[in-house]
Amino acid sequence: MLPTPSTSHVCFDRVYEPAEDSFLLLDTLSSSSEAAFLQERFSNAQSTPPLVLEVGVGSGVVLAFTAANAKRILGRQDVLTIGTDINSFACQAAAQTIRTAITEHGHGKTISLDVVNGDLASCLRPQSVDVFIFNPPYVPADLPDFARHERYNGLPDGDRKTTFEQDSYLLELSYAGGEEGMVVTNRMLEQIPEILSTDRGVAYVLLCAQNKPEAVKQGIRQWGTGWMAETVGSSGKQAGWEKLQIVRIWKEQA
Amino acid sequence: MKLLTLNFLTCAIKTCKSAPSSFPLHPRDASLEVIETDLNLPFLKNILPRLMWDELRVITSELGLPDLPPTPPTREDLVVAAEDAAVEGEESEEEASQTAKDLHRVLLETTVKEGKLVCGNCGHEYKVLEGVPNFLLPGHLV
Repeated sequence: MLPTPSTSHVCFDRVYEPAEDSFLLLDTLSSSSEAAFLQERFSNAQSTPPLVLEVGVGSGVVLAFTAANAKRILGRQDVLTIGTDINSFACQAAAQTIRTAITEHGHGKTISLDVVNGDLASCLRPQSVDVFIFNPPYVPADLPDFARHERYNGLPDGDRKTTFEQDSYLLELSYAGGEEGMVVTNRMLEQIPEILSTDRGVAYVLLCAQNKPEAVKQGIRQWGTGWMAETVGSSGKQAGWEKLQIVRIWKEQA
Repeated sequence: MKLLTLNFLTCAIKTCKSAPSSFPLHPRDASLEVIETDLNLPFLKNILPRLMWDELRVITSELGLPDLPPTPPTREDLVVAAEDAAVEGEESEEEASQTAKDLHRVLLETTVKEGKLVCGNCGHEYKVLEGVPNFLLPGHLV
């Protein structure tokens, strides 16, 4: 059992607290079957360091875990990680989580780049990402009103504290996914073929049952020749339905 | 924000992606901070093919940092030649050359603390606050 990164410094009033979905990602990425898949792709010590991108890092627990356990998961220690989040408080918190985890458990060998404040992967260079991780806002609930974002994305002028409304808004960003919980995920899925490296890119996206995962996977397989989508981790069976699942997306070379 | 991060970032505006001038983003009014970290020699050797060297040279020159050589170093350039490095017969790890130390300093220890990143295509300015670049666009938030 690999250690879970410490997030005790994170204020969960305005940054998503690691929960069942986060832990399912940790378990899936470190499962023997996924480690075998990833190591076949990445463990060649002479190949270039893979870039791991997580969108919506929140507390940073998933990216920190991947960074600290890069050897076990990807078969090499010289891995690069980069994160994005729409919530600037999450960016600061996650950067700390990742730094601590690499120092404490990663032998300081993984290279953590930065956690940038942005919308999904819109600021990443095309075809640059080797491992992509996304725990989206997947709950079917109205999207928050983004008109407030600029005002709520930092501390109010001259103030040292956030307001309750501000905190509620920031947390809504982390879970509310619009219709069928898929509005944000669909925007992200559209970007995946563009950001993944053509020769070895692979993506892990978490879905819940209300997201209609079978239809989502079918949609991905229709992106074009070679695109694959398979469920590689799941949790919380309810009446035969997987409550949460991790879908691996990749392109088979012709 | 580390300078190596800029190797992977581009303008967030979709129509800029196909324009070569949208990469690299140009630091402007940047205040830099050096944050020391351990040098990872295997990483430095392996990252060489991923570095967009000409663009990195543009960034360092715009920041007023010492000029990088016109061509990227080789793996061998990053290691002190074996005969100089250790006493004969002694088991030792490879030693990082001055070239490796300089590269480490530029890529991973030199950070932009405050300032702006400017797209060479559309001119959009992205702010860097407390080391965190902000790539949110008004268009993302509608």
